[in-house]
Amino acid sequence: MPATADNLFKTLADPTRRAIFERLARDGEQTVWMLTDRAGVSQPAVSKHLGVLKLAGLVRERRDGRETRYSARPRALAPLVDWMSLYAAFWRDRFDRLEDLLKRMDQ
Amino acid sequence: MSKPDTRSLVVEREMPHPPEKVWRALTQSALIEEWLMQNDFQPVVGHKFNFRAKPMPNWNGVTDCEVLLVEAPARLAYSWNASADEAANGLKTIVTWTLTPTKGGTRVRMEQSGFRPEEEANYQGASYGWQRFMGSLEQVVARLG
Repeated sequence: MPATADNLFKTLADPTRRAIFERLARDGEQTVWMLTDRAGVSQPAVSKHLGVLKLAGLVRERRDGRETRYSARPRALAPLVDWMSLYAAFWRDRFDRLEDLLKRMDQ
Repeated sequence: MSKPDTRSLVVEREMPHPPEKVWRALTQSALIEEWLMQNDFQPVVGHKFNFRAKPMPNWNGVTDCEVLLVEAPARLAYSWNASADEAANGLKTIVTWTLTPTKGGTRVRMEQSGFRPEEEANYQGASYGWQRFMGSLEQVVARLG
């Protein structure tokens, strides 16, 4: 599903969001407060990022009493790791650069 | 060129430039570097060369290549393989360029063949190979609109 892949790519293109996801993938389940401690941004900002990650299927939440705990769902990365789609994006990007170069070259 | 258990990727675009000019951009090392990657390419069949990108976690940044076909200014092919300690289970593909003259310029076709199905599923496990492409991902995403 290309729409899903686009959404996933956009979600992970943000460095803060990526750092949050990487932390969950590496260190396991965390609360929003634990994540805020290390993220270098405010708690509402972390919550917003978690919401976006959740929409992309990258993060799952679990209620634990009064706390909500978040964990990573690495399987949601599957479309991103599809070699074909990555290489397709890579080559489209390189085609753009080739066209730029051709414009600058002499006949 | 592709075997039945592998898949190919095709990117094709018409460019308003004559084939001879596109051919130069595809075959002169300094020009290739401007749009693709650092390299020691020479348009000689059998010549072994590398593409070099910035190394990233889980990727040494080096692509092993060998020139397979040179037919100026129409067809060019080289192998495109993972290198060094990543070669054993890594990517083993062939990149083929085909230039076709058109009324307004050249139809540029790139086919990368030989993607094996198992390479698409190597996300399982604790180490995430996806990180290797993060560097270029942000630029790519900008183009998705």
